[in-house]
Amino acid sequence: MSIWEYANPKKFMQTSAWALPWAVGLTVLCLCVGLIWGFFFTPDDYKQGSTVKIIYLHVPAAMMAINAWIMMLVTSLIWIVRRHHVSALAAKAAAPVGLTFTLIALVTGALWGQPMWGTWWAWDPRLTSFLILTLFYFGYIALWAAIEDPDTAADLTAILCLVGSAFALLSRYAVNFWNQGLHQGASLSLDKEENVSDVFWIPLVISIVGFVLLFVTLVLMRTRTEIRARRLSALLARERVA
Amino acid sequence: MMPDLGRYAFVVFGSYGASVALIVGLVVLSFWQRARVKRALAEVEARQGKSNG
Repeated sequence: MSIWEYANPKKFMQTSAWALPWAVGLTVLCLCVGLIWGFFFTPDDYKQGSTVKIIYLHVPAAMMAINAWIMMLVTSLIWIVRRHHVSALAAKAAAPVGLTFTLIALVTGALWGQPMWGTWWAWDPRLTSFLILTLFYFGYIALWAAIEDPDTAADLTAILCLVGSAFALLSRYAVNFWNQGLHQGASLSLDKEENVSDVFWIPLVISIVGFVLLFVTLVLMRTRTEIRARRLSALLARERVA
Repeated sequence: MMPDLGRYAFVVFGSYGASVALIVGLVVLSFWQRARVKRALAEVEARQGKSNG
């Protein structure tokens, strides 16, 4: 069995119909456990007080905002190289989900930054590259909406996705490239010394898994809608010709 | 049960409120688009099914 079988819309619809209920159930479970545990059953941080509870939203949302763009990059490359329509539609379906995570990261970051840094916003390398990534998300969605021919839209949005990837990667590694700026380094690391304390770490990891599953669930569901919409357009076009 | 958020209550509740609102908005939008496309596709398939046979 090859992974390219899932590029067949019929096979994708069959497999996703089976996977979706599981994905929904696991998403709800992980988000509820992670966020309830984090909000109600973790102590305040000795430096940041109760604002540390924002970590269970901000870190997973920021991670997924970047990872969503990387997923869109991979599926766009598959479209460019192999011309599989499902991959182009999956990229289109992922964009609003990625944008939502980006907005969550920006809003929670501003709310967290105000009491900790004394400002809602700073032109810090990570924040600035993240803001540019947000603009790329808006541009990507607008470009899909603006072009009538779906294949042309898929080609042009794939190129935009390639360009935007620089800012997605910059958002992740800006802290390492430039030491100036207010934003701290990574909250999760393979190096135990750099990790957040264990008491915050377990609910944070569960929240991250919940956000990953939420992304997978919504992208599966939205890709199915895009496949149906593509079939609808084809049938309507056939009706007009007949 | 409710943790004492002290002077940071506004930013913590604001973060959770805004995040939940954005996620719920996206989920509702996704379900609405799904229902709209499914209904339109079913109508066209039924119409073309009739005319074909």
